[in-house]
Amino acid sequence: MSIIVEHLSHVYGDDTTLAVKALDDINLTIPDGQFVGIIGHTGSGKSTLMQHLNGLLKGSSGHILFDGQDIYAKDYQLKDLRRQVGLVFQYPEHQLFEIDVFSDVCFGPKNLGLSKEEIEERATNALKAVGMPKEYYNQSPFDLSGGQKRRVAIAGVLAMNPKVLILDEPTAGLDPQGRQEILDLIKSLQTESKMTILLVSHSMEDVADYVDRIIVMNHGRIAFDGAPKEVFAHYKELEEMGLACPQVTYVMHDLKEKGFDVDVNATTVEEAKNSILRALRRES
Amino acid sequence: MQTGRTMLKDITIGQYYQAQSLLHRIDPRVKIGGTLIYVITLFFYKNFVGYAMAILFLALVIRLSKVPFKFMVRGMKSILFLLMLTVLFNLFLTPGTPVISFWKLHITQEGTTLAVSMVLRLTLLVIGSSLMTLTTTPNNLTDGMEKMLGFLKVFKVPVHDVAMMMSIALRFIPILMEETDKIMKAQMARGADFESGNLFARAKALVPLLVPLFVSAFRRANDLAMAMEARCYRGGEGRTKMKPLKYQTRDYLAYLLLFIFAAGSIWAGRLHLPMLMVGLNN
Repeated sequence: MSIIVEHLSHVYGDDTTLAVKALDDINLTIPDGQFVGIIGHTGSGKSTLMQHLNGLLKGSSGHILFDGQDIYAKDYQLKDLRRQVGLVFQYPEHQLFEIDVFSDVCFGPKNLGLSKEEIEERATNALKAVGMPKEYYNQSPFDLSGGQKRRVAIAGVLAMNPKVLILDEPTAGLDPQGRQEILDLIKSLQTESKMTILLVSHSMEDVADYVDRIIVMNHGRIAFDGAPKEVFAHYKELEEMGLACPQVTYVMHDLKEKGFDVDVNATTVEEAKNSILRALRRES
Repeated sequence: MQTGRTMLKDITIGQYYQAQSLLHRIDPRVKIGGTLIYVITLFFYKNFVGYAMAILFLALVIRLSKVPFKFMVRGMKSILFLLMLTVLFNLFLTPGTPVISFWKLHITQEGTTLAVSMVLRLTLLVIGSSLMTLTTTPNNLTDGMEKMLGFLKVFKVPVHDVAMMMSIALRFIPILMEETDKIMKAQMARGADFESGNLFARAKALVPLLVPLFVSAFRRANDLAMAMEARCYRGGEGRTKMKPLKYQTRDYLAYLLLFIFAAGSIWAGRLHLPMLMVGLNN
């Protein structure tokens, strides 16, 4: 089980004066169970790339192999692909429509044509996974708070039992606590349910603590691809793209410049703290 | 594989083509008035000389507009069926001298000329009016209309409010289309199927699309009303414009050209030229 993207390009508005090359020769391999952060500022092509991965958009050229099979092959069932690759859009709460929370989560599995018991079991599991208490099941989704709506919407995708979960800016518009909760929830999906996770974001700070790998997109191309530490080492180039590294990266580089022997590769506050303490101990 | 974006991009309401041309810069009132005059003129012709002049005039204006010709043709797709129906009816149901007959059907000389003139008229009509929307931004269009219909205020018609509603409605079309596209994709990612099944199944499949769409439309309307009130909007009374419409020399010249075209082509179009007459009039 892996996703391989080969020479994928996508052009929007082919026949107008406003033709935009949203993706330009993308090559990627995403192995099973990896937690990948896709970073890029608005218009860098990150959302477009994600929509290709479950076949909602078709590339102008190139191939995508899912589980070794070309998804653009004639006899390939895109419905199967969409079942296995769950996509949570930006502001997913805007897609809620049912009269109560539970039926809305049931919508996905119902479309798969499962039995009633299985649909309900899946919905219950999904709602449990996102931490929605039972008393909300019969409430209208429109009466919930923003953070709760988002959990229900994510549950709606989880109920499809996807093997790969793609989330487009899942923390946009949430307060710091809500953001933390959603990110922790996503991390637990990777560690406990062994899902492959692709998290799209424009904030390095958000993803640095959670992901195994970061892919930086710029002008429809992959600018950097590697472990967070490797990517953040390019902090000057990232800044030119309009992307900020985690604040600790700046602090550590400044300290290094001032003559402290600290590890500039620290990405989390915890790592930075330890490194600074070690440096201070050595000095004294 | 049809996706939301490709499904919706064929709709061409209020489609504007961005370009730098004389036609884009001309006052919207000239374009609205001009289109009206042009459309009315088309109905006066009794011979093909008139149509020839109209085609020439339209070609000149298209040239001036710098809009690629294929954008005009795109608008034609929507009337293709109507066009074919008109041709069929005119060809077979016009009484006169038969040219070709088989079984009970007769194609008459009069019918042929009538069918050709109908096709010409409809085509010129659609291309001409789509040229106006292609070269005028929706905002400019409603601005022009508000000014042109200003005299109705005397009869207590709320011209400003209607114009404002129209420009807001036009402004929201692309937003709502994008929103539809997004919700459609989101529901498709949850296994929704908008394309197969019978009519009833398809109508039912629209519920997951329409409910969120309405919810978001109401939310947006609410936000917009709030934002307008926060900036003290209270209708057209005493409201000034940032860019008031003012006629320039080129606008007067355009009116002059239009008038010459209209008068000239109506005069030529109504001459009695036996070989070039349309339909029953000879």
